[in-house]
Order: sequence, then structure tokens, then C-alpha cells
Amino acid sequence: MSLQVLTYITVGITFVVYIGIAIWSRASSTKEFYIAGAHVPPLANGLATAADWMSAASFISMAGIVSYMGRDGSVYLMGWTGGYVLLALMIAPYLRDFGKFTVPDFIGDRYYSQLARMVAVVCAIFVSFTYVAGQMRGVGVVFSRFLEVDINLGVLIGMGIVFFYAVLGGMKGITYTQVAQYCVLIFAYMVPAVFISIMMTGNIIPQLGFGAELTDAYGGGYLLDRLDGLHEELGFAAYTEGVRSSLDVLFITGALIMGTAGLPHVIIRFFTVPSVRAARKSAGYALLFIAILYTTAPAIAAFARTNLINTVNNAEYVSMPGWFTTWENTNLISFEDKNGDGLIQYVADEEINELTVDRDIIVLANPEIAQLPNWVIALVAAGGLAAALSTAAGLLLVISTSISHDLLKRNLMPDISEKQELLFARIAILFAVCVAGYFGINPPGFVAQVVAFAFGLAASSFFPAIVLGIFSTRMNKEGAISGMIAGIIFTATYIVYFKFINPAANTADNWWLGISPEGIGTLGMLINFAVALLVCKLTAEPPQEIKDMVLDIRVPGKPD
Amino acid sequence: MPENNKDNLYWKENIRILTILLSIWFVVSFLMSVIFVDQLDSIRIGGFKFGFWMAQQGSIYVYVILIFVYLKLMDRLDHKYHHDEKDILAQEQAEEDAEQAE
Repeated sequence: MSLQVLTYITVGITFVVYIGIAIWSRASSTKEFYIAGAHVPPLANGLATAADWMSAASFISMAGIVSYMGRDGSVYLMGWTGGYVLLALMIAPYLRDFGKFTVPDFIGDRYYSQLARMVAVVCAIFVSFTYVAGQMRGVGVVFSRFLEVDINLGVLIGMGIVFFYAVLGGMKGITYTQVAQYCVLIFAYMVPAVFISIMMTGNIIPQLGFGAELTDAYGGGYLLDRLDGLHEELGFAAYTEGVRSSLDVLFITGALIMGTAGLPHVIIRFFTVPSVRAARKSAGYALLFIAILYTTAPAIAAFARTNLINTVNNAEYVSMPGWFTTWENTNLISFEDKNGDGLIQYVADEEINELTVDRDIIVLANPEIAQLPNWVIALVAAGGLAAALSTAAGLLLVISTSISHDLLKRNLMPDISEKQELLFARIAILFAVCVAGYFGINPPGFVAQVVAFAFGLAASSFFPAIVLGIFSTRMNKEGAISGMIAGIIFTATYIVYFKFINPAANTADNWWLGISPEGIGTLGMLINFAVALLVCKLTAEPPQEIKDMVLDIRVPGKPD
Repeated sequence: MPENNKDNLYWKENIRILTILLSIWFVVSFLMSVIFVDQLDSIRIGGFKFGFWMAQQGSIYVYVILIFVYLKLMDRLDHKYHHDEKDILAQEQAEEDAEQAE
């Protein structure tokens, strides 16, 4: 059976499963639509959160980014996992105890202010839209790479599938499809990883193979030592050493971690479980399931990079293995024989370097490098789609609930009935899917940068407001709103300036304190805290019933 | 209200647990993996330089452990203050029964 047909069948089967789950989990109340009735068991929620979190970028691009950055890649490895500790310890249990439906719900109620609610709604919608634009594009890209379907058609198909199970089941449908999607994506990620680990180090566990010795076929010696050596030979910095300034690494990691803990689509996952204890437990499970992929990624990065360099370095172009040619055809690898010697020079010096490698190759080419059968490649396609669709669904739900619940029901149209609210929620998903699809088909050139933007904003707006709301009874609406606005304006201005207005100036010399736009969210967060605490001191205390509410959510209440 | 003092104590112990766990989190994420990573690299564990390993893999293992330790400690704290789920349900049942008896 050809690879194409196999891929169609595999992807088709997963889509049938998602649709089946959607029909089984139809939502019939706003509580089911927004938070799955608060009946999701912690284990299932952990699986769903992990799938929601790991997007097409995590699945396809992250290992490649780490292989390119070496030790500095740890900003993404730690940045996209560390936030779960903050969520579990500082946010999830208390927001669950609060017991409402959305993050703007909490902000609006805690700070007894419709203005605060609106600021939160605008932030949530903006952050989620910027994030989802990249996801739909990712769906199209996987379709075009694996199924040879035109990218735009791929986006439309993805839109259709997500729309179906999101409109039908809301959070309930999304959660249980995400459970299925996690199973697909983790299997698809681990199978090639295990086989490459065995092939290169004989170790069946990729995380351990990372620190193991290469087999004799690969020349023996520790993998990482060999990789360092190869790097230095070719003029690259040693793989296990970093090149970025420590301060910038600190700030980027901080922005990503704090941003994670402030992202609405992650926080609402903890509203779907039955109790405070379940919220803590599901955060643990979520990180456990995320960690399975995230501890494998650096291993894959090192394996693939070592293998790539070993294969191409000073080798004859005509004798390159099959996978090289396959991916050359998609332009993910390209060779230009600058000195006409028929050999591939892959070096750090741009003048001499003849090989250009797209970072996505690291994951995409793995199955072929490890000489795995076609069904594994088909599985990788299904896994990439699972990752993209699961994340997109979670984001679309945030956008939809922000509109139907936070904007309409709790603000502009408080008298609509539950049935009407449910209808609006479904219409809002349709609207959100269409806008996301539009950006998937016409991606703004800055999609990747825009995701960093989303984290910076979440770190500088939501994270401080939520944490202060829980840990300080004194924090009032004036403080919180000023803090949020200060944080957002500072962070947004810095990022927009360097990324959009004057990209030519986007170099370390021009940055404040050497902090890149990717890391500025940490500074924005500190500014938010500072402004909030200052303004709070100068203005009236919050009303007693608000203080009582805070004291109330600090103590676990009745489970649902 | 007599509960106020109990809730206060509960919260204080909660904060203590958070402070300890988050300090470990901070040390692992920012000190060991960034600021002191080069110094830690002089320690080797198998095929890994310790600093590098901490930054790329070790910190993630620590994060998972921290959350499950937190879960255990909070279970114990909840139990001590009768906030575990079965205690809460039992208490409500008792309140309902008391109301019905009136």
C-alpha cells in the first residue's frame, strides 16, 4: 500500500474517532458547554490538557529548534513546562474553588468591576486569536506535507473537523477528543524516538539514550561528547554550551513560564474537574503527560543532529541516503555545491556553507532515518494533526466563551436565557473558526513572532492579576486594572517596536538591558506587580464581601 | 467566627508549603539551569554534563515531582483541618440532618 493511501487511511480513522466522540458528548447546558459540567476526571483532564498544550509547533518544530540552539534551547524546554508548577500551586486549586466559568469571570468578580472584566476579555481574545492563527496554518502545512493536499484545502478540512466537535460538544466534546488526540500524538512522537535511540545508542528509552554511548556502528563514545566535537570541528559553538546572554535566557524562560501560567486556554482546563483536589491532581497528570514528550525532545534533537552531521559532513552528494533525497524534494534540505567538489560542506561559516536545513526536518525525517515502515510515517502525520487540532479547539473555546459569556451574558445582555447563551456560544465558535481559518489561509508573515507576543502579554497582564487576586485580600480594582494596563502597554510597545515597526533595530545592542522582545514579558510582569501594589496602597480597600470571597476560595469547598 | 482562626492557620501552613516548593522550583529553573549552569557542567553524570542536563531534562523531572509532592502535602494538610472531600461531605450531611431534626 502506498504511503499516501496509508496516510489517508490513518488520518481518516483518527478523524472518525474524533467525530464519534463529538456525537457521544453533545453539550446540552451552558455548564457542559463551558466547563464540561465540571465532571471530567483528573486523569482524563491531564491527558486533555497535555494535548491542548502541545501544538503543532511542539510536535514538529520544537525538537528542531532545540537541535539548532543546543543548550540555549532549554528556554523552550523549561519555559513550556515550568509554568505548570505555578499553575498547580498558585492558580488552579483556587480558581476551581471560585467555581465560575472563565478567567474574565474571575477577574471581573474579584475586582468587582466591569472595566476589569472588559480588559480581561480583550486580552483573552487577543491572546487566543494570535495563538490560534498559527495552529490553523499548522494544520494546513501537515496536510500539504503528508497528504499532498493543497494547504488552503487542508486548513478548510481542519476547520470543518474542529467546528464539528466544538460546536456539538463545547468543552465536553473538546476535552474527550483531546484525550484521544493525546494518545495519537504521543504514540506518533515516541515510536520514531525509541527506534532512533535504539539505532544509535542501543538504549530503548530515548531520555536515557540522550546520555548514553553511541553504538560501535556510530563510532562509540558518549553521544553528547561526539556532538560537541562535531560542532567544534565545523565551526559551530559546542552543542552543550550556550551562546545567549544569561540575563536574556533568564528573562525569556521567565516570560514563557509566567505566560504559561497566565494563558486563558490552559487555566480554563482546571475548571472542568469536580473539585479542588482534582484540580491539583490533574495539573500533576497534565505535566507528567507533557513531560513524556518534552524530556524526549532534547534527546531527539541530539540524535538527529549527530546523525545529520555524520551523514552529510564531507560526504559525496551523490551517495546521500534515501531520506535526504525525499526531503530535498520538499525543499526542507537544499544543497548548493559552492566549490564544485561534489562533497557536502556543512559548516558554520556562511561563505563556505553549502547545506541549508529546515529545522522541521529533525522530527519529520526521523522515521525514514530510522528506517521505520510506512505506517509510522502515516502516524506522524496523524500525530501532527492531532496536536494542531487539539490546541486550536481549546483556543477557539476561549474566544467563544469570552464572547458569549463574558461579553454578552455577564456584561451587555445579562437577561438572555441559558438556551440563548448556549446558542450564542455556538455561533461564536463558528465565527472564531472562520476568523482562525482566514488567518490560516492568509497567514500574517509574523505568525511565529506573534505566539511569543501572546506569552509576553499573558505574563504581563493575567498572571499578576490572578496571583494578586488570590494571595492578597488587599488588592483592589484600581490597582489590578492599572497594573494590567501598565504591563500590557509596556510589553506590547516593546514587542511591536522591535518586531513590526523597526525590525532592523532588533539586535542585542539596542535592547534594554540586553533583553530580547521574547523575554520582555518578564519585565512587563514585574511592572504590573509594581504598579498594582503602588496604586493599591494609594486607593481604597476592596469591599468586605470581596475580601470574604478571597478567604473563601483559599479553603477547599464542597466538590461538585 | 471560630472558623476564622482555623482558616488562618490553614492558610499559613499552605503558604509555608508553597514557599518551600517554589523555592526549589526557582533554584532549579533559574540558578542551576541558567546562572550557575557553566559551573555545574564540571560535574559529569554518565554522558551528561550536569548543568546542561539540568537545563534540558532534569528541571522537567523536578517540576513533575514538585507537583506530586505538593499534592501529597496538601492532602495531609486538608486532612489535618478536615477539609478533605469526605470530611466536607460528611459535615454537610451532618448539617442537613441537624436541620431536618429541628
